[in-house]
Amino acid sequence: MNGNTSTHRLPSFLEYQGKYKGLAGWLLSTDHKRIALLYLYSQLFFFLAGVVMGILMKLELIAPGQQIMSPSTYNALFTVHGLTMIFLFIIPGLAASFGNFFLPILIGAKDVAFPKLNLLSWYLFIAGAVIILFAMFTGDGPPDTGWTFYAPYSLRTNTNVVLSVLGAFVLGFSSILTGLNFIVTIHRMRAPGMDFFKMPLFIWSMYGTAWIQLLATPVVGITLVMVIFDRVMGIGFFDPAKGGDPILYQHLFWIYSHPAVYIMILPAMGAITEIITTFSNRVVFGYKAIAMSSLAIAFVGYLVWGHHMFTSGMSETARWVFSLLTFLVAIPSAIKVFNWSATLYKGSIDLQPPFWWAMAFVFVFMIGGLTGLVLGSVATDVHVHDTMFVVAHFHYIVFGGAGLAFFAALHYWYPKMWGKMYNKKVANIGLLILFIGFNTLYFPMFILGIMGMPRRYYDYLPEFATPNLISTIGSWILALGLIIVIVNLLRPKKVPQEEVDNPWNGRTLEWKMQSPPSLENFEEIPVVEHGPYDLIKD
Amino acid sequence: MEHNATIHATHDHYDPIASKLGMWLFIFTEILLFGALFIVYSVYRYRHPVEFHLANQELNVTIGFINTVILLISSATVAMSITAMQKGDKKMTIIFLVITLLLAFVFLVNKYFEWGAKIHHGIYPGSEFLLSLSHGDILFFGLYFFMTGLHAVHIIVGMALLIWVLVRVKQDRINKDKYAFLENGGLYWHLVDLIWIFLFPLFYLIH
Repeated sequence: MNGNTSTHRLPSFLEYQGKYKGLAGWLLSTDHKRIALLYLYSQLFFFLAGVVMGILMKLELIAPGQQIMSPSTYNALFTVHGLTMIFLFIIPGLAASFGNFFLPILIGAKDVAFPKLNLLSWYLFIAGAVIILFAMFTGDGPPDTGWTFYAPYSLRTNTNVVLSVLGAFVLGFSSILTGLNFIVTIHRMRAPGMDFFKMPLFIWSMYGTAWIQLLATPVVGITLVMVIFDRVMGIGFFDPAKGGDPILYQHLFWIYSHPAVYIMILPAMGAITEIITTFSNRVVFGYKAIAMSSLAIAFVGYLVWGHHMFTSGMSETARWVFSLLTFLVAIPSAIKVFNWSATLYKGSIDLQPPFWWAMAFVFVFMIGGLTGLVLGSVATDVHVHDTMFVVAHFHYIVFGGAGLAFFAALHYWYPKMWGKMYNKKVANIGLLILFIGFNTLYFPMFILGIMGMPRRYYDYLPEFATPNLISTIGSWILALGLIIVIVNLLRPKKVPQEEVDNPWNGRTLEWKMQSPPSLENFEEIPVVEHGPYDLIKD
Repeated sequence: MEHNATIHATHDHYDPIASKLGMWLFIFTEILLFGALFIVYSVYRYRHPVEFHLANQELNVTIGFINTVILLISSATVAMSITAMQKGDKKMTIIFLVITLLLAFVFLVNKYFEWGAKIHHGIYPGSEFLLSLSHGDILFFGLYFFMTGLHAVHIIVGMALLIWVLVRVKQDRINKDKYAFLENGGLYWHLVDLIWIFLFPLFYLIH
């Protein structure tokens, strides 16, 4: 693992001119790093669109009664907010962007196994997004079913369900191909000497994620196609009037959509592991336990979908089995959190912005995880199901977990990806404001849920007014923090090259190369002799 | 995208194991795709055993049997084309691929007549006649058309893939030393065959 950074520099992948120049050089590039940035920019765009929709919903909920939109607009808004945030931002998530960029680099490869397939995945992603966009502005208006498309309402509503579902199907295809590509890459492209237990833990989490993408997505894919055929051909798979069973739809939907939560969160946990290890300046505690916990989460995550349906109509036995299995997921999740804490213990901690983001992640992820137990236990779930409590829990896990980890990874790998450095002080201030806003926005929802306020209504009873007002104010604080963070990232400082090659004293392979990496990543494929986090003096 | 070849020239290595691993993973996804449908089938069969039994008598076992034999033979011929390629016999490879494609075509023709007869009798998804029947019948024929239809789509995709393979064999881009793409085409074709092996008894045979 000899660094070539100080000797001479190659043109970075950003500067490199291939056969195609300019925009075509990006849109036709099969370089995993360029594809990663294509994903990253498109995902951030969809994220911001989703944020705007979220803020509008919070504005509607600022006080009881109708404020700025009609009930049906509100229904459409929470559906499209969900579709955008889930299918276009957080399911591709860290895997499609940071995974694409760093998976080959971290295992010492020059690209993924199937570069053209990788580009195709991005095009499918964009195609799915365009189809969903069409669904919003054509026909009888955006879908109002919620992002879950529950039958039989999704078969009855006049809104544009078919196109939205088709979009989700195409996005699923993109996700499958990415997962397939990553599994083959990890199996076949590791550098000499890098056996499975010398891979950085981000790669382990990507490996678990890729298997979920591969094995869970087809189920929802075909289910969505069945919804399309129910609507277009009138088959009646899920239509009770024709003998179909809506509960069966829910089962098939959650067989994918629960594991999908782990598609979102596993790469996030992987990135957080990298960040905590780097900034603790220690060898990660419990390497094998963390690696195996990723696979355990992926595996057990398959078997818990029924906890979304405790009140939908299932046998008592099914309910307690699903509840038990749900509690089992807490074990590998807790293994990760404990190992992170143990890594910090007696570490030489470097308090840099990515580290603060990781800490913010751990904090909100804990709240999200512990409130998940309330929902995983049948008795308490019956009380809070379909209330704001669920919304709060979900956003603590997915926005607070996966979303914050996305930004943590962005701040961590920023100097490597663009060869520039943001203003660290402003980054910290932005995070602080965002963090305060996040908790002000979502924490009152737990209370509202316990009080009994149902989700997915544009209006509510007067006694829910105060927490809702606080929550709406929180959404503004969060937006302010987000603006600071993003503007700061858009206005980087030019700093001397040695300050971006390895600003954090990272020990994994990406920090041993120039920033931004050259087109081929490695002039010579490195030979790996040490564990990924071993402290070696160069 | 030719520039790909130049950009990645330094590691444009040929890794047949990676290609085949990729195809196997893709086959897993296909199995899960149909797996979900098999779950739906089992649930509704369990709920409507009598209607499913009676509806299944309506299907033409002879055509189903002929199609099963056709697909089994086509699986054999595609495997033979791979063996021919391993022996470096380009001509036989092409002949076996063409036979496979012809058999696939005959399968689709049979399917066309089989479906045509059903539709002629007013049995097709959403038809007035079908909707006048019991829930079990609606679901059985819904599943029948959906699953065999999806399988037919896979036949067509498989044929397209094999035609692509055929062109590459003719261009010598698939040759004795580099034939993972042919093997992948064969793997996919076996999958298409395999799914039919499950569809045939589920719809035509089980009483």
